[in-house]
Amino acid sequence: MADATPLLDVRDLTVTFDTDDGAVQAVDRVSYTIDRGTALGIVGESGSGKSVSSLTVMGLTRFAGNARISGQVLFEGRDLLTAGDDELRALRGGEIAMIFQDPMSSLHPFYSIGNQLIEAVRVHRDVSKSQARDRAVEMLGLVGIPDPRKRIDDYPHEFSGGMRQRVMIAMGLINDPKLLIADEPTTALDVTVPAQILELLERLQREFNTAIVLITHDLGVVAEVTDEIAVMYAGRIVERGGKDAIFAAPQHPYTWGLLQSIPRLDLPRGDALTPIPGRPPSLIHRPAGCSFHPRCAFARDVCVAAVPELDDAGQQSGHAAACTLPRPARDQIWAALRDGATPQAALAATTVPVPGTLLESAPAAAAEAAS
Amino acid sequence: MLTFIVRRVLWMFVLLIVISFITFIIFTTLPSADPVLLRAGRRASPELIASLTKTLGLDKPWYEQYWIYLRNLLFHFDFGYSYQNNISVRAQIFDRIPATAGLALGGMVIWLMAGIPIGIVAAVKRGTWMDKAAMGLALVAISAPVYWLGLVMLYLFSKDIGVIPIFEGQGSYPTSGSLFTNPIGVGKSLLLPWIVLAASFAAIYARFLRANLTEVLTEDYVRTARAKGVRERTVIFRHGVRAAITPLVTILGLDLGILLGGAILTETVFNIPGIGRLAFDSIQKSDLPTVEGTVIIAAFFIIFLNLIVDIIYAFLDPRVRY
Repeated sequence: MADATPLLDVRDLTVTFDTDDGAVQAVDRVSYTIDRGTALGIVGESGSGKSVSSLTVMGLTRFAGNARISGQVLFEGRDLLTAGDDELRALRGGEIAMIFQDPMSSLHPFYSIGNQLIEAVRVHRDVSKSQARDRAVEMLGLVGIPDPRKRIDDYPHEFSGGMRQRVMIAMGLINDPKLLIADEPTTALDVTVPAQILELLERLQREFNTAIVLITHDLGVVAEVTDEIAVMYAGRIVERGGKDAIFAAPQHPYTWGLLQSIPRLDLPRGDALTPIPGRPPSLIHRPAGCSFHPRCAFARDVCVAAVPELDDAGQQSGHAAACTLPRPARDQIWAALRDGATPQAALAATTVPVPGTLLESAPAAAAEAAS
Repeated sequence: MLTFIVRRVLWMFVLLIVISFITFIIFTTLPSADPVLLRAGRRASPELIASLTKTLGLDKPWYEQYWIYLRNLLFHFDFGYSYQNNISVRAQIFDRIPATAGLALGGMVIWLMAGIPIGIVAAVKRGTWMDKAAMGLALVAISAPVYWLGLVMLYLFSKDIGVIPIFEGQGSYPTSGSLFTNPIGVGKSLLLPWIVLAASFAAIYARFLRANLTEVLTEDYVRTARAKGVRERTVIFRHGVRAAITPLVTILGLDLGILLGGAILTETVFNIPGIGRLAFDSIQKSDLPTVEGTVIIAAFFIIFLNLIVDIIYAFLDPRVRY
């Protein structure tokens, strides 16, 4: 927080894809900021717009051809959305790097990893091949590839999934970027590997002082690495705040659902996990008002009437949620839910008046049955 | 790698023997014109027929005939003598190879030079008028039969526009010597056949490459290249085309193998004395040794080029190892 302008300042980013079935609003007025050397976790399920928002930051949705983009993406004060293709290209892989979900398919099968790493260096720096190669060997060593001088000439298919993701991380960090966007970096890996990769990311973030945007569907993953968390649902940020605040006092019913669906070691083993009923909404025909209301056990008529905006009602500054429940009521409901109460009982027990009348909708019954 | 090649070469011999056997059986057991009668002419005396049957070796049972044929082929590389032309089939075929090879290789250069850029442009500019025009043209080129396209071209360019020498008389078509001594003359007279031969291949290759490249450009590793900040031109060629063009090598090997065995239609329309013409003529004259020879040569080219393709593949795709 030494600098007044944040490293990345995303304001009201909206991305719409025109398809044959209609306009898909993948990202809807998303705003977040990230400072130098900090880590932000963007959490949400498939189709929540978390990947599209970061691909747009990188300018990679331009290649889709059918994307309409509005808002601002300020990187060190420069708006990347209005930047020229060449200007953006110079930033990509240089100051902003990205690593992807599937390391199996993200490396080119026909070129040795050394070849691909050297290319990444020489696109941005005017160095000789051997200098670039030395840098590549150094980076491979840093990300924990044993015997990098020898393995650099191997092809991607000669590496395991975890090792390939290390190569991808080496490729991302090879030009000392200020910002690294990691899109589900551990999702495609074997169960024993993610912890190692996250540890590596955390260590490298400290060593390089790189800011990280970590995109994941797994709250456990962000808990490891990030300081700030943004929870996305159906293209919108529904809650954001510090990691500790979000885990201790989550404000949005969707976040409650996410937290309750994580297995916990401090609860008796017999307790069933509580799933979130229903499915994510279509982004073409989005539900009126709060997109989460069809799946929310606390949905009332006011939730359908208007889209709730993020409030800054949290005790800690910056902790905000987009929900019509009054803040004291949310605290009481979460406390009750955490102790195993049903949503109905939790809502009935609140002492704070809740606006609107409860919707007679299926999810409440479904949640009832599940608990 | 070496054991792979040795194994494949041995297989090639087995295949060629099987193919020669099948061709032989087809000609000896299925009804066809008696080569002796064709040879002896009208009002041949029974003595002449008997002596011809003996000289051609047709008095022996078919298995003995085949055995003699195979022995000569394997140990002396001797395809026997043509029933019709009284010269060795080997000399006949070797005489014809340059014309066919010149036609096939020149055609290949043209269809690659046309098909590959068109395919790339169509894939990169997908959905634009350029893509639509290119693919529409490709459809026409694929649909147009060689004999029709050949005749249209002949009519247009040799008569109406009259810029290309055609049918200049006997011996106007080049053989191996003049390919090097007189490249311009050869090129001029082969230009039309090359274009006609290349048209449908260029169209098929363009469509194939367009489909492949379209798919490759959505691959994760292309996204990675863009995320690295690689220039879009480099992304398309180094990362996209490099991967999309590899399967084309397989098709190219097959096509070239087939054409080296004789492009019958093109050779016929343009009166090029190639292997295709030779095969066609000798089938009509029941000239078994020549038919056998052309079939074996054609099969050899196909099998051999397949082997070459498989070897090249190991260098193109590092995941392939033998």
